[in-house]
Amino acid sequence: MNPINDLLKILSDFVAGIVSGIFAFSPFLADLVTMGLAAVILCTFAALSFMGLTYVERKVVARIQDRLGPNQAGPFGLLQPIADGIKMFTKEDTTPANADRWVYNLAPLVIAIFALTTYAVLPFAPGVVGTNLNVGVFYLIAIGSGSIVAILMAGWGSNNKYALLGAFRTVAQLVGYEVPMLLNVLPVVMMAGSMSLVDIINKQTTLDGNPGIPFIVFFPLSALVFLISGIAETGRSPFDLLEAESEIVAGFHVEYSGMKFALFFLGEYVNALAVAFVFSTFFLGGYAGPILPPYVWLLLKAALIFFIFMWLRGTLPRIRIDQMHNLNWKFFVPVSIVHLVVVMALMKLFVTDPAQAEAFGGILVAPIVQAVILFVASMTVLLVSLAIAARRARVLRLQEEAILEQRRAENLAAARA
Amino acid sequence: MRTDFAFVGVMLVTAALLMGVALIAAALLRPKKPNKAKLSTYECGMETVGDTWVQFRVQYYVLALVFVVFDIEAILLFPIAVAFNSLTFFAVANVILFIVVLLIALLYAWRKGALDWE
Repeated sequence: MNPINDLLKILSDFVAGIVSGIFAFSPFLADLVTMGLAAVILCTFAALSFMGLTYVERKVVARIQDRLGPNQAGPFGLLQPIADGIKMFTKEDTTPANADRWVYNLAPLVIAIFALTTYAVLPFAPGVVGTNLNVGVFYLIAIGSGSIVAILMAGWGSNNKYALLGAFRTVAQLVGYEVPMLLNVLPVVMMAGSMSLVDIINKQTTLDGNPGIPFIVFFPLSALVFLISGIAETGRSPFDLLEAESEIVAGFHVEYSGMKFALFFLGEYVNALAVAFVFSTFFLGGYAGPILPPYVWLLLKAALIFFIFMWLRGTLPRIRIDQMHNLNWKFFVPVSIVHLVVVMALMKLFVTDPAQAEAFGGILVAPIVQAVILFVASMTVLLVSLAIAARRARVLRLQEEAILEQRRAENLAAARA
Repeated sequence: MRTDFAFVGVMLVTAALLMGVALIAAALLRPKKPNKAKLSTYECGMETVGDTWVQFRVQYYVLALVFVVFDIEAILLFPIAVAFNSLTFFAVANVILFIVVLLIALLYAWRKGALDWE
């Protein structure tokens, strides 16, 4: 083993060795303690990255908007997350008299637990993964939907009209964007032939451990739709209808303050970072990369995706609720389904495995040729659907303009008369 | 296999404990001086009128129904995707037929206005 490349693996083996030495009398207890330690490390990593990300995001968005961002607490404002933490711990926290106490107080705990538990299946380096579930993709999606329950609990339990309206919107949005997300993970699962995240990464590396062709080359449309749905799933700008300040104040968490509010915030950031990690794993080859150690590659890829999130947040205005539903149900879902059919047909027609070509027929091609064919097909579906959408949008815009023109003429005539 | 899922349980318990400790620590540290105005429901300074827990838009219900159809479709497709390399041409044609039928269902819902948000 290379000491730098396998640093995480060596460290985890070392700790596991010590634990099994201490608890030599009971293998069950040793397993339990090892797993508990791993879980604590993963949760701490998630919570610390949340603290760091709040600072980085505020700085980056501030620079995009030509501001300085936090710069008072410590050098370059680096101690800002600590100051925020102290404030969160010591701020008075009220439970509204009319609220449903149990539901209201449990909601932040539920969202934080579900957000942290996503990290159980993310592979950080070869052999370093919380647990390599054979249904990892399913697990991620199931745990990801947990935050919907928490948001509905918060909105309902607050007994506040803004909160309930925000919760309704959020549930409709989160539930809707799950469909294109699922439909666009399917090509990845088909290509890898497995729902385990480790297998998905292995499929994107060559047999001798070098990076192979990442899945974004095979399915650019899937990658794009997955990324945008991921932003919508975590409720980040421009899909932050759940906390549209101008309409419903702060949405579902309007009644929360102090630590409970911090847990909602933690849930949001940890989920967004999890989406960045999952996107890197599914489409960018996960920890596979040349020269640098694997965990550095994974962090670099996730940081790039998170930077795109921050960039979009600093650039785009919030979209309207009907635009949000139209984008999902009238664009992403049909396009994803057509893309899925095209990919299924092409993957059966052009195979790379000689044994499979032998058994079922199909044309045997080199992996690179298959990649080119799928790339061209995926891009064609993407560009054709974009062209259709653009044409349709133009027709609607012209109709709207004609109606406005007519109204203006009527108003003018009425004013003259 | 069993230990694979045991870790998920350990992770759930650990996350619950850590976050619970944070909540309890905050509860011990923060001041607690409630009064009637603080505990009232927030509504931009107005007294809240009527019941919050009322009926909601039927549109949400329609979207939820469409969602259930496509979520179940996707979940049915996942095992097929895992076994994709061992499927025959005929089986793949069947799967494609199944997806196309659901695409027609989506177009029908679209035509009927179930997806319009006014």
